[in-house]
Amino acid sequence: MIKGVKGETKDARIARFLVGGPPLLFLLVFFVAPSLIMILTSFRFPGEFGGLAPITAPEDMTIGEYGITSEAYQFFFSDVLYAKIFLKSFLMASATTLICLVMAYPLAMLIARSEKRFRNLMVLLVVLPFASNFLIRIYAWMIILGPESGLSHFINAVLGIFGIAPITLLFSPFAVLVGMVYVHLPFMVLPLYTNLEKHDPSLLNAAQDLGANAWQRFWRVTWPLSLPGVFSGSALVFIPVLGMFAVPEILGGTGDILIGNLIKDQFLGTRDWPFGSVLSIMLTLAVLSIAGLATWFSRFATRQGTV
Amino acid sequence: MGRSNIWLWSLAALIYAFLYIPLAIVVLYSFNDSRLNAEWVGFTLFWYKALFNNTEMLTAARNSLIIALSASFSATLLGTMAGLAIHRYKLKVLPVLVFTPVAMPEILLGVSLLLFFLQVLNLTLGMVSIIIAHTTFCIGFVAIIVRARLEGMDENIFEAARDLGASPWQTFRLVTLPLIMPAVVAGALMSFTLSIDDFVITFFTKGVGEPILPIQIYTMIKVAVTPEVNAISTLLMLLTLIMITIAARLEARASARTMSPDKAGK
Repeated sequence: MIKGVKGETKDARIARFLVGGPPLLFLLVFFVAPSLIMILTSFRFPGEFGGLAPITAPEDMTIGEYGITSEAYQFFFSDVLYAKIFLKSFLMASATTLICLVMAYPLAMLIARSEKRFRNLMVLLVVLPFASNFLIRIYAWMIILGPESGLSHFINAVLGIFGIAPITLLFSPFAVLVGMVYVHLPFMVLPLYTNLEKHDPSLLNAAQDLGANAWQRFWRVTWPLSLPGVFSGSALVFIPVLGMFAVPEILGGTGDILIGNLIKDQFLGTRDWPFGSVLSIMLTLAVLSIAGLATWFSRFATRQGTV
Repeated sequence: MGRSNIWLWSLAALIYAFLYIPLAIVVLYSFNDSRLNAEWVGFTLFWYKALFNNTEMLTAARNSLIIALSASFSATLLGTMAGLAIHRYKLKVLPVLVFTPVAMPEILLGVSLLLFFLQVLNLTLGMVSIIIAHTTFCIGFVAIIVRARLEGMDENIFEAARDLGASPWQTFRLVTLPLIMPAVVAGALMSFTLSIDDFVITFFTKGVGEPILPIQIYTMIKVAVTPEVNAISTLLMLLTLIMITIAARLEARASARTMSPDKAGK
């Protein structure tokens, strides 16, 4: 943590303690301790009226359950429903990541290859909408996909020509996907741009001189070099989507719930804290493995690219 | 080459349209003389007037302002310290603690803080719990900005100050602090924006009493959508835009003045 360094003067040690100490202490109390509490909570019994049952035996012995248990974990693994919701969330996160990648890549490439003086402005234009309130950005799609919107009327008119019954866009998995992509797109553009901007244009010229066509130049030169950017962008999109509850809540139908909604319900709806904690821990494990994978792939790609 | 460029440009134009049209629609309909966000009827300021007569919304705005000011103040203080400590002392644990809350899904921080507040601190949820929660995730953002600025700076400046006999405190107050000030201000503005916009963590750490702006907006969207939502959205966008412009101005002016010449271009 804050280890002594050899040859350090007393003043410097005090300075280090004064500068590093307060943020360390604050985060130990309000980040590390809450995480530990969550792990503890996952091993307890839920209380009769929400919350938790006591750890020690109650004096009047009116409550049946107390102490420590792995019941919530067993419950999680006993019902295939939860595995299905996790799978659905993974699919949603994968689809969002893929669409963001397909949209962001050409844009990032264009920004990286345009004149230097335009680059910052173009990046700013990607980030700017992102500065508006998160709920507002979701709400905007509620208007666009709503049953009375121009888009809905247009699509249903077109479908009508082919004799297909009208569809509703809002409150569907499609609406959730659109909302997820919209909210997370800048997370993909920025790391891709940062990577592509560093590419040496002479590599592409060399490839061209050696007879590579446009596709080969992209696939054999640009793409492999951009993999670290692809992986970090993907992690930055995938991870928040995995835990998102507001987008399905607002744009999705009743059947479109993801892990986030499930967790939210345990804490604010049915108030089953131990099970909510188990779900949160499972989400944390999923996030950690995704982040680990992205880092590993990115390092691997960097090594391949440079050697 | 030319043909593929046209393709790229039209794709980019489409993506920029995808980014901006939804927000433009929200702004446009805030001036629309109709309850439905469906078609343009006529210009009105009615929804803005309704908003300013909505006392609960005004209380919520005031509460959110108090929360954002307090959280950005404490996050700026702690985040600047964290940024300095991480840059200077090559610590192992502190960076993990500072940057993880930024990277993980917000819901996890919200839920664990909820459990912590209710079980350990026995705190009645309300303004205080929200301020603490917002501080926790804003520290990381401030630290990232401050550290980035320190990394762009010429280390010789600090050495020169020490050689001239400045104590660590003097070096900090007279050299380091003025140099990192733009990053500190940018971090403060960013924390303010993040705090006033935050929905997820606020949702879990709010009490039942006080109305808070994002929660109020959420309820309006879920329960009864009127263009009043568009009006408050437009005002919030304006506020964020102003904050970003100030931050960008400060940053540009400061880096033009204080970066060492060989690193200024980066």
